[in-house]
Amino acid sequence: MRRDIFQAIADPTRRAILVLIAVQAMTPNAIAEHFDITRQSISKHLRILSECSLLDQKHDGREIYYELKIDKMKEIDVWLAQFRKIMEQKFQQLDDVLFTIKNKKK
Amino acid sequence: MSLLFDFVADKATKTIYITREFAADIDLVWDAFTKAEILDQWYAPKPLQARTKEMDFREGGRWLYAMVSAGNTVGYSLVEFLKIQPKTTFSTKNTFSDENGNSIGSASSLVKHTFKAGAEVTTLYVEKVFDDLATLEKLATMGFKEGTAAGFANLDEYFLTLVTHK
Repeated sequence: MRRDIFQAIADPTRRAILVLIAVQAMTPNAIAEHFDITRQSISKHLRILSECSLLDQKHDGREIYYELKIDKMKEIDVWLAQFRKIMEQKFQQLDDVLFTIKNKKK
Repeated sequence: MSLLFDFVADKATKTIYITREFAADIDLVWDAFTKAEILDQWYAPKPLQARTKEMDFREGGRWLYAMVSAGNTVGYSLVEFLKIQPKTTFSTKNTFSDENGNSIGSASSLVKHTFKAGAEVTTLYVEKVFDDLATLEKLATMGFKEGTAAGFANLDEYFLTLVTHK
């Protein structure tokens, strides 16, 4: 199943996983150590990232290492998607601020 | 109330177009984008916070602000005001800088904010042009780091916003 990049980064844990493996290839266990959630949900996130074609698997003995599979254009797409998320978030913060200021004026 | 948010990226022209409605009149929305005391309240994606160091909103003036995370400054950004038509539009050049506003690296973008008053909402149009694709690629790498911080934003607040505007 193919998913789009927005789904990949819609979740904060998945964004954090991408950042981790962008720096170096990691085993699922090593990734899981960075999060306070079950190994099972890490696997779920890795599966989704994999379905988004963002992961490469390397085998070293019995260990599987995940690394970020990303070409230049894809990198831009990921960044754009992320930038979109950030802008969305900023504007929602502004909604709150506007709401507060309007209430104070009343 | 459901507020429009539209985001279009044109890679060929290295331009991002954003349209966003706000449930406030144009005077307030304009202030929110041009006054330091309001900008500091929303400009950085949480958990980052923007802290204005200098604000001189006039053509040729500049806004220098720090990005702060858990009390630590993670970087400075410089916004130079190129053209201003009060309550209508303003254009800026945005770069990363040091604490004194000296640009760091060559990554920059030109941004135009245009505001349109409506009966119920004020509509904002943002046009952001990156200087070259190499910059976009560079930002792509840096964006990863910034994005992570944003990724751990307070979701409760996000949901509160959704509720508030329904």
